[in-house]
Amino acid sequence: MPIHEKSLIRPENLREQDELVIDGVDVSGHWSTFIETRAVTDYNEAMQDEIAALAGGENIHRCWQCGSCTNACTVHAVNPDFNPRYWIYLIRLGMEDELVRDKDIIWQCVSCNKCTDACPRDVVPEAVMKATAHWLELKGHVDKKPSTHFDEGFSAQVIETGKIEDGLVVRDFFKRMGDPFRPFKEPYLVAMITGIAKRAPIGYLLKMGLALVVRPRTRGWAPARKGIEEYIREVDAKDRKALGLPAEGGH
Amino acid sequence: MEKDLKKVAYYPGCALEGTGYAYNKSTKAVAKELGLDLVEVENWNCCGAMEVKNIDPEIETYLSARVLSQTEKMGFDKVMAPCNGCYHNLKKAEHDLTHDAHSVEVNDRLSKKAGHKTYEAGKVETLHALDWLMRAVGEEEISRRVRKSLSGIKVANYYGCMYTRPRRIFPEKDKGPGTESTANPHFMDDLLAAAGAENVAFPLKTACCGGAHTLSDSDTSTKLCLNILTAAEASGADVIATECPTCHTGLEMHQIRAEKVMGRKTKVKIMHFTQLLGLALGLSSRKVGVNDNFSDSRGFVKERGLG
Repeated sequence: MPIHEKSLIRPENLREQDELVIDGVDVSGHWSTFIETRAVTDYNEAMQDEIAALAGGENIHRCWQCGSCTNACTVHAVNPDFNPRYWIYLIRLGMEDELVRDKDIIWQCVSCNKCTDACPRDVVPEAVMKATAHWLELKGHVDKKPSTHFDEGFSAQVIETGKIEDGLVVRDFFKRMGDPFRPFKEPYLVAMITGIAKRAPIGYLLKMGLALVVRPRTRGWAPARKGIEEYIREVDAKDRKALGLPAEGGH
Repeated sequence: MEKDLKKVAYYPGCALEGTGYAYNKSTKAVAKELGLDLVEVENWNCCGAMEVKNIDPEIETYLSARVLSQTEKMGFDKVMAPCNGCYHNLKKAEHDLTHDAHSVEVNDRLSKKAGHKTYEAGKVETLHALDWLMRAVGEEEISRRVRKSLSGIKVANYYGCMYTRPRRIFPEKDKGPGTESTANPHFMDDLLAAAGAENVAFPLKTACCGGAHTLSDSDTSTKLCLNILTAAEASGADVIATECPTCHTGLEMHQIRAEKVMGRKTKVKIMHFTQLLGLALGLSSRKVGVNDNFSDSRGFVKERGLG
């Protein structure tokens, strides 16, 4: 059987013989690669339902594996291991171990929605990627990824005051990543800030300075905040229940 | 031209109050110069951007619906959002509140808790600055009002992701001549061409800049931005015109980062389309905030006799 996506087979399961003749046919070398036969017994039969229970994963069952999502994917073009079509396949089969191999790149979806437009079955692969990244964290397969830290910091500001302030978003992200002083160490961030500061755009600098002191906020936001927080707690509890996890724990 | 678009509600959003300062400034300046009236949405809130949906998409729908509710409360049935993220989210909220019962239910619940009228689909139309200028002013009127033509300036028009994708949330697009195309958007091209610019054939009009992970996965974002910057240069562009604050700041930041981290220097300028349009209408460089960009286009603007 030809192997279309050789990178998807674990290296230890690939068999390439230097010298092998079967029934008088020479099958040695690269063009006669075999896959080690194996029996998969560790299916997580609930996996598709678990992903489907999380926001964004609802339509995963519609996928018919055409591969349009991967073909259209922005991140796939940068990193060929980033393969939404394949991950949807694994989830639908329940091959948890195989999926977890890619736990450190699934979060890298940039939400460009090229897959969503390409998909003929309205799976919304972008949302499925977000649900899968969320599932990996909830299940404890990975620690919070940088994008989760960013999303949580950003959303916490919105929920608290109704608005965000760019400077605080940046500072809060690096603080959550454990290095609050990184903006001052990254040469490109320093070059970016000093570049604009040199041109002294007084109005802009005053505005940014003022935002440091007086955080922008939506007036009378407290009841909205309360409603949103309550809703998040409910969704969290529902998600954890769907995944068979104990009730406590954060989002 | 549509007279009822001369005065619309204006939703700048958080980015235009921060890193998109120059986009806000130049949008307002262009509107004023063209005799259009922008009335800021009262006591607005964040639309949810690209982040809140990852906590829960229904909260993002609610946040955007609240902005639409505020707009409706002011008696407007049109809101203009120059930021791609805001525009996209208001459109998405409109779509979800039209088609998804769960979204309607959560929006109603959260709106009641927050103590304001629940927004119902169909009450407010969301426009991007591009739609708005095309419909409220149009190419002919822009051409008539040009004082300093952009002739000889080669522009790569960059639209990014959220202005056209996913297609389903933009039912008014792809409706044939005169409407915007999601596969090959052209409103920015049209407006700048009307101002005299020479648009280059730019293949990455709707490529992604990696804006969602600009800080959390900078290496990917730098690669994506570098693709856009080098493609623009290869297309012969002097300047990339942007219509999204996230794309704009992303390109500016990763242009510097590509040079500092990967040793890849690109020289193409990055400006908001409203800055180019404003300069063409005779506004000063300062009025359209050329000074307020992170990247330095002052020399370019002066050299080409624009400001």
